[in-house]
Amino acid sequence: MAEVLDAAKLNKKFGAVTAASNIDVNIERDSIVGLIGGNGAGKTTFINMVTGYVKPDTGTIRYGGRDITQLAPRNITQLGICRSFQIPQLFESLTVHENLLVALGIVVLEAKRFTSAAALRSENVEAVADETLSRFGLSEYRNKPVRVLPEGVRKLLDIAMALVVKPKVLLLDEPTSGVSADQKFLIMDMMMAALRADNVTILFVEHDMEIVSRYTQRILAFYEGRIIADGVPQTVLNDADVRKFVIGKTHAPATRGVMHAAN
Amino acid sequence: MTDLASVLIDGIIYTSYLFIIAVGLTLIYGVMKILNMAHGSLYALGAYVAATLVGVWFSHGLNPYASFALLFVAPILVGLAAGPLIERGLLRFMYGKDEIVLLLVTYAVLLILEDVIKLVWGVESYSAYQPYGLLGNFDVAGLLYTKYDALLVVVAILVGFALSWVLTQTRQGKLLLAVIHDREVSTAMGINVHRFYLVTFTVGTMLAALGGALVAPQVSVVPSMGVEMIVLAFAVVVIGGLGSLPGAALGALIVGLVRSAAVHYAPQVELFSIYLVMALVLIFRPKGLFSAAEPRKI
Amino acid sequence: MIALDRTLMLHGLALAVVVIGGALLPDWIQGLVILAFGKGLVVLGLLLLMRTGLVSFGQGLFYCLGAYAAVSVARIFTLPDSLLISDAILMPLFGGIVAGIIALILGFLLANYRAIFFAMLSLAFSMILYGLLIKMSVLGSSDGFNVAYTTVAGVAIAQSAKLYVLYAVSSAMVFIAMVGLHRYLRSHMGRLAPAIRDNELRVEYMGSSVRYVIHVNFIIAAVLAGVGGGLVALSSGHVDPDLAYWTTSGEFVFVAVLGGTANVAAPIMASLLFEWIKSAAYQYAPYTWQMVLGIALLLVIMFLPQGLWSVFNRQAKEA
Repeated sequence: MAEVLDAAKLNKKFGAVTAASNIDVNIERDSIVGLIGGNGAGKTTFINMVTGYVKPDTGTIRYGGRDITQLAPRNITQLGICRSFQIPQLFESLTVHENLLVALGIVVLEAKRFTSAAALRSENVEAVADETLSRFGLSEYRNKPVRVLPEGVRKLLDIAMALVVKPKVLLLDEPTSGVSADQKFLIMDMMMAALRADNVTILFVEHDMEIVSRYTQRILAFYEGRIIADGVPQTVLNDADVRKFVIGKTHAPATRGVMHAAN
Repeated sequence: MTDLASVLIDGIIYTSYLFIIAVGLTLIYGVMKILNMAHGSLYALGAYVAATLVGVWFSHGLNPYASFALLFVAPILVGLAAGPLIERGLLRFMYGKDEIVLLLVTYAVLLILEDVIKLVWGVESYSAYQPYGLLGNFDVAGLLYTKYDALLVVVAILVGFALSWVLTQTRQGKLLLAVIHDREVSTAMGINVHRFYLVTFTVGTMLAALGGALVAPQVSVVPSMGVEMIVLAFAVVVIGGLGSLPGAALGALIVGLVRSAAVHYAPQVELFSIYLVMALVLIFRPKGLFSAAEPRKI
Repeated sequence: MIALDRTLMLHGLALAVVVIGGALLPDWIQGLVILAFGKGLVVLGLLLLMRTGLVSFGQGLFYCLGAYAAVSVARIFTLPDSLLISDAILMPLFGGIVAGIIALILGFLLANYRAIFFAMLSLAFSMILYGLLIKMSVLGSSDGFNVAYTTVAGVAIAQSAKLYVLYAVSSAMVFIAMVGLHRYLRSHMGRLAPAIRDNELRVEYMGSSVRYVIHVNFIIAAVLAGVGGGLVALSSGHVDPDLAYWTTSGEFVFVAVLGGTANVAAPIMASLLFEWIKSAAYQYAPYTWQMVLGIALLLVIMFLPQGLWSVFNRQAKEA
C-alpha cells in the first residue's frame, strides 16, 4: 500500500495539558513531511507516540497495516521506525567511533529481530562504522569523546546512530536546532543526500520555515494538540491559522517566494 | 480472638516507632535527595545516649518519673550534635554529586559511627529498663500492655500531626514542601534550598534518635541495632514512596502489622516476610504507594 | 584478534609465575592470596555492575550462597556422605551455579531498578539471607559449620599439598575469570554496559533490551561472587552467616571503589592490597577497622579521581 504510517484518532492528555487531540494522519511511503508548530503544540508528543515512548490515551497507530500502538520503543525500532532527538541522546563517555559501534553492535546482537537491517556480521561492523562516519562527514571526529563535540556534530551523530538500523521510517526531532545558522543548510543537504539514497520515509520537526519549505513535500501544522493544516508547503505556510498560531511573530523570516506571492 | 487482637496491638506499637524513624529518613530524602544510610546509626546513638542518661539518673536515685524527660532530651542532644556536624562538616561538600556517590558517603558515615559507638560504649549490651514499667499496666481485650507502649503510640501520632502542621500551615513548611516537590523550580524561584538542608537533616537526625531513645527501655541496646533498623526503615519508606510523609505512615503500618503477624506465627521468616510484602508492593507500584509522577525526559 | 591473544598470553604468563612462584611462598601468604583471590572474584563482578552503572550493596548474598552451597545441599537433604561434594574445583563451581540460579530469579525484580533502589534492595536481600541462616539449625544457625575438601578434579590430595592445590586452583579460576570478563567487555554485550550507564533511553531506542543486559550482568556478577565464596570457604575451612552480613558486602564495595573500574586487573590488585592491610590492621585495631574503612572511603571519594570518577563522572577511559 502507498501509506506506510497511519495514525487514527490519537488523543493524549498530561494532566490538564492536551498534547494530542483527535490526530488523524496518513503518511505515504517515501514522502518527506515537515511537522511545524509552537512549543507544546504536540509535535514531539506525536513522535513519542509513534515510537512507543508514550502511549496514547485513545487511538491507534498502524505501520504497514500492523497495529503498533502498544509496542515498546525497541520493538518499534526493530520493525524499522527510528528517531533522532531534539537534545542529542549520545553515550557521553565514549568516543564517536564507539557510539557507532554500540549502535551497530545492537543490530548484530539482535539481528534476527531487525526486519530491515542488512545482514550485518561481526566482521563487517568496523567497516560499516567507518563508512557511516564518512557518509556523515564525521571521520575527523572518530576518536574524540562525545563530550567535546560541537552541537552540530552531536546532532549528526545522533541521526547517524538512528540510521544504523536502516530504518524505513525516520522521525527527526528538530535536526537543526542548536546548530549555527550558516551550518543548517550544509547539515540538511548532507543528511538528505545520505537518506534519499536508502528510500526512507522522513518526518521532521522544524522551527525554521526556510528549511521546512525547502526540504519537504508536505507539512503538518500543529497547534494545541491538533493538526490545523495539512498540505503542500505553499498552501500550509500561507494558511491564515498557520500564520496566526505558528509562523506569526516568531523565528526565522517567512519563506521567500511564498511571502512575496502573498503580498 | 485474643490472638488477632494481640497481633494488631503489637503491630500498632511497632508501627509507632517505625514511623518516627522512617519519617525522618523520608524527609531527608525528599528534601535533599540523599538516602541517609547512617540513619540507622543515629537511631542507635539515640538509644545509647538515652540508656546512658537513664542509667546515670537512676543511679543517683533521682525522681523516677522525671526520667521520661531524658528520653526526649537524648534525641535533641544527638540531633544538635550529630546533625550539623554531618551536614555542615561533610555532606555540604558533596551536594551536586551523583546519588550513588552520596549514598556511598552516608555509608562511610555509617561505618564510622558504628565504630564510634563501639569505642564509646563497648560491645556489651545496655539496658534502660526502668522507665518501661514505671507507669504501670493496663488491660486491652484481656491482654496486658504497659502504659509506656501507649505513650509510644501517642508520641508517634503527635510527631505525625506536628510535622504535618508545620509543613502545611507554616510559611517555612510550605517552602519545604515546594523544595520536596521540585528542587530545581524552587531554586529558580529564589528559595534558598541549601539553608533548608541543615534544618531538615538535623530534624531527621533527631527523629531517628527519638525512635532509638523510646525503644531503649524495651530492648537490649546493642551495636547491631543500627544496621538492623536501616534495613527495616528502608522497607518502610520504599513501600510508602521515597519522600512522602503519608507514605511513611502507611508503610510503617504495613510493615508493623506484617512483622507482628510474622513474630506471632512464624518468627523465622520475620525479615523475609517484610521484604516479600515490599517486593509485592513494588511489582504493582514500582516507586512505592505514594510516588510522585516522573517528568518527561525527552 | 592479535590484541586479545596478547592479553591471553600475558595473563597466561602471569598465571604461570603466580602458580610456580607460589610454591616458594610461606603458608600464610598462600592463605592470604587465596582469600584475596576469592574476594577479588566478587569485586570483579562488582566491576561489571559498576560499568553498567549499578552498585550492589548485597554481593554478600551470592558470596555466602557460594560458600554454603556445596555442603548445605547434603545437610538439608541429609544425604549420605558418599554423595557429598568435597572437590576443590567442584565446590566453588557448584557455589557459582547456585548463586547464578538465585540471581536469575532475583534479577527479574532487581533489573527494574537503578541507583539507590538497586543498591538498597540488594542490601536488603543479603540481610534476608542472613536472617534466614541465623535461624536455620540444620545449617548450624549463627555458628555455621565446617567445610573441607579432599580431592581436586577427582584426584585425592595429600594433606601436605592441600593448601598449595587450593592456591593453584584459585589462581587458575581468577585467571579464567579475568580473561573471560575482559573478552566479554569487548564483545557487543560488554559494550552495552557503559552505553546503558550513559544513556539507557538511547539503548532502548536502538532496539536493545536494557533489562535483559542488566539481568545478564547481574547473573554474571553473582556467579563470580558464588565461586569466590566457595574458594574462601575452602580456604578458611568454615562458613557462617556473617558472610551475608552487610559489612561483608560493604567491604566488597570499598575494594571495588578503591580499585576502580578501568581494568579487570584492578579488582584483583586492590583485593590483594586490601587483605594485606586488613590482616595487619585487625591485629592492632579491631574496634576501629570500620572507622578506618569509612574514612578511607571518604578520602577516595573526595581525592582519588581514577577509579571512582570513571564510574561516576563517566570521564576516564576504560580498557
